[in-house]
Amino acid sequence: MADNGKAVAWFGEVGIADRPTVGGKGGSLGELTGAGIAVPPGFVVTTHAFERFLAALEARHPVRARVEALDAADLGAVTKLSVELRRRVVDEPLPAEVEQAILAAHAELGADAVAVRSSATTEDAEDASFAGLQDTFLWVLDAAETVARVRECWGSLYSVESMTYRLKHKLPEEGVAMAVVVQQMVDARTAGVMFTRSPTSGDKSVITIEGAWGLGSAVVSGEVTPDRWVMGKITGEISVRDISHKHAKQVPAPAGGIVEIELDAPEANAPCLSDEELQALREIGRRIERHYGRPQDIEWAIDKGGRLLLLQSRPETVWSAKEAAPVAETLTNSLNHVMNIFGGGRR
Amino acid sequence: MAEAAKGFPLPSSLKVVPGTEAAQAAYPYYTQFVAEDDQRFWFYNSMHFPEPMHHFDMITAEAAYVALGAFNTRVHVLPTAKGIDHRVINGRVYIGGYAVTDPAEIEERIGEFQQRAFYYYEHWEDLYDQWKDKMKALIADAQALPTPSLPKYEPLETTHTGKGVAANHALLDIYQKQVEGYHRMWHHHFEFLLLGYGAYMTFFDFCKKAFPEISDQAISRMVAGMEAEIFRPDEEVKRLARRAVELGVDSQFTDGMDIDQVLADLDALGNAGKEWLGELETSRNPWFNVSSGDGFYHYHRSWNDDLSLPFAALPGYIDKIKAGTNIERPTDQLVSEREQLVADYRELLDTDEDRATYDQLIGLAHRVFPYVEGHKFYCEHWYTNLFFNKIREFGALLRDHGFWEKEEDVFHLTQYELESAIIDLMLSWGIGSEPRGPSHWPAIVKQRAAAIEEWGKHTTSPALGAVPEHIDDPAIVMLWGITRENLDTWLNADSEPDSNELKGFAACHGVVEGPARVVKSVEEIGRLQQGDILVCQVTNPTWAPIFQKISAAVSDIGGSMSHMAIVAREYGLPAVVGTGTATRRIKDGQRIRVDGGRGTVTILEDEPVLEDA
Repeated sequence: MADNGKAVAWFGEVGIADRPTVGGKGGSLGELTGAGIAVPPGFVVTTHAFERFLAALEARHPVRARVEALDAADLGAVTKLSVELRRRVVDEPLPAEVEQAILAAHAELGADAVAVRSSATTEDAEDASFAGLQDTFLWVLDAAETVARVRECWGSLYSVESMTYRLKHKLPEEGVAMAVVVQQMVDARTAGVMFTRSPTSGDKSVITIEGAWGLGSAVVSGEVTPDRWVMGKITGEISVRDISHKHAKQVPAPAGGIVEIELDAPEANAPCLSDEELQALREIGRRIERHYGRPQDIEWAIDKGGRLLLLQSRPETVWSAKEAAPVAETLTNSLNHVMNIFGGGRR
Repeated sequence: MAEAAKGFPLPSSLKVVPGTEAAQAAYPYYTQFVAEDDQRFWFYNSMHFPEPMHHFDMITAEAAYVALGAFNTRVHVLPTAKGIDHRVINGRVYIGGYAVTDPAEIEERIGEFQQRAFYYYEHWEDLYDQWKDKMKALIADAQALPTPSLPKYEPLETTHTGKGVAANHALLDIYQKQVEGYHRMWHHHFEFLLLGYGAYMTFFDFCKKAFPEISDQAISRMVAGMEAEIFRPDEEVKRLARRAVELGVDSQFTDGMDIDQVLADLDALGNAGKEWLGELETSRNPWFNVSSGDGFYHYHRSWNDDLSLPFAALPGYIDKIKAGTNIERPTDQLVSEREQLVADYRELLDTDEDRATYDQLIGLAHRVFPYVEGHKFYCEHWYTNLFFNKIREFGALLRDHGFWEKEEDVFHLTQYELESAIIDLMLSWGIGSEPRGPSHWPAIVKQRAAAIEEWGKHTTSPALGAVPEHIDDPAIVMLWGITRENLDTWLNADSEPDSNELKGFAACHGVVEGPARVVKSVEEIGRLQQGDILVCQVTNPTWAPIFQKISAAVSDIGGSMSHMAIVAREYGLPAVVGTGTATRRIKDGQRIRVDGGRGTVTILEDEPVLEDA
């Protein structure tokens, strides 16, 4: 999208190229939406919103300069400033236009409940060591609470870990910003993750799917051992079916947030996906991988009506970072490859 | 508990089943285990010889290993492997490979191999066309051999033409020509086989490296040919079903029909019936020369000898045609699916170098595959069937002269013993005396029949001797799929006795639950109902026509590259092959679950369910 400086952008208006203003998560959800893939609707509170808020904060009392003046080794000072700044981000008044934009978008979305997630703008920020940034608030019920959760996401920029990381890497505070995704929440029957290459061997010809009953947070957090399937990306053959004992599921709590419910057999031991659903997931996984031109880590959910929805897709990083060495050396006479089988090695 | 190092029993520790010593001793001396054999590793060739061997049927093992050895050792000169040795005990055939380990010898053999094998790869199509001509000529020679018979007096013609050879000589002539032809067929068989499998395995190996978790089936599907002769018999059954509908005689074909009665009724039915019978004859020659088994035993009869299998398939096909269901094999679609698969995997490769190698290797695999798929029809099916039927004719002739009771008894003699019985008959016919055979053979035949039955009750160790560190004999890996990992599984097989799950090779994916129908022989095929899961010892491509009826297939024997697996994939029939024990552990009527993607079969109920009355 042409960046118009608006505080809020709908998924349908943005893409991966908008990362500087909508963050990686927001850009990816926008990209998927644009590619026609079923994503729960939502919007991004852009970095412009954050910048305007920060300008208001700075006007009252400096923020960035004080962070830059810190000594990363002085944990006491870092902690003190972190507590102060996070309180300010949560407590001090928002510029009215920003607040209005969020409330209006929330009303337009018309969702019973939303997920509020931070959406980092730089690759660095996606680094696992950049802890504290990946804040996610699930099953947020009303508009006021949504605004409060957006502020908490912003506040995580001033967590001890986050500031220390920037100081150690000498990242300038100018340009440090945060987008926040607000998305309609799916009351999932089943949810989980999907890797479009093997996490164990790096094989790009298989798709691994992990899932459990209820919300995907149980799988992502590792609190429930998910069912696991390995299937041929191209052929759809299912070569591994590990159906686990899923002792619990996470579901929305009536007053907001999520709650864990213990499960008994047979539900605990029943596969949480049908073969048709597995095949539908595979199709979507292939489509997304094709769209991005590289293997993906995907979060998905199936709602109570059986509709498959994509919650997140990001490039696979572990195997992709390795040097791709040729499988076999190139031989002038290709017949010499048969020597591998007939003995004597390749000539 | 301290556990002794695991290993298989030594050959010298195997005991001949008491009471069968004479039958064991009758196998040729060069197939008996000797003390030195304890030094080597042997495995039970249950893939080709799952049942105790009739003495005559040993010729199948012998002729095959004569030819396989010659081509490995001296014709193509495989660098690291020579031939395969065989032994028989309690009717079970054990085999062991001869590896080349001396680096200087391997080096020398590499030079020879490249001049020879590469020539074959480079001229494959021409050489294979030539091969088909040779095989067809060999088949024509066998078909031209007369039925052995002895007249009371020579026809006058013999004297008037100055023929100078009497009818008894023809017995020896026919027999020796037939045995010679059978050996020649096996040479032809191995002219291409190892090279074909080798090229296939090279592609297979590349795919496994590029895609560590790719299934065997996915690779086979990329290579599978579409026009192989082995699919033709089923096409003929479909054609006959179509003609029956067109001619309005389809009501004659019903489940459980009496085939002879149907043939007689059609003949009596007038022109339409006769025309259909004419179509049947057209199909039978040559396409019904397919064995209902693997063609390795004399009792694996061809469709021509026993029409049960094609006829069992007719009612189903007829119903589908009348219901307007398309039963044609969608060859174009299969070809385009294969091409799509090849292209989709190619796209996943990381580098241009890999794509170049992939293109070369899939090209070579496609080049060799028509032989890999097609040769069986000519060798194991058509020729072998002619061969055993010729021996049967000797069985009938000798029966008529009192040597034994039944035609089939002839197969209790070794090939050498049969020649001696023929010479006995030649002598007595010439002398004008009674042959000695009738007082010699009946007791032996009885004793051997009892031995075969007894041996069948005993299981045998899957391997013998010390487990080798590595198995790098390409012939053994390719033909039998035996690897160090398999051997470890075999050694541990006893540790998990009571599970309800059987493991085999994943032949074709899909999960199906249904009633098991344990079919021990072709005669039982009529018992299969729509939706049953076929459980059998050896599945065979020629059972394809009944695939339309069943929902899945399970076999004791076979690898993921076996012909059965290829055909199952083509029909999209979930299948697990090579479970080892399915026909023993699964009871008829039990509900089972077949997972063709994982290669598992689960017994869901312990008790057989009652069949619908």
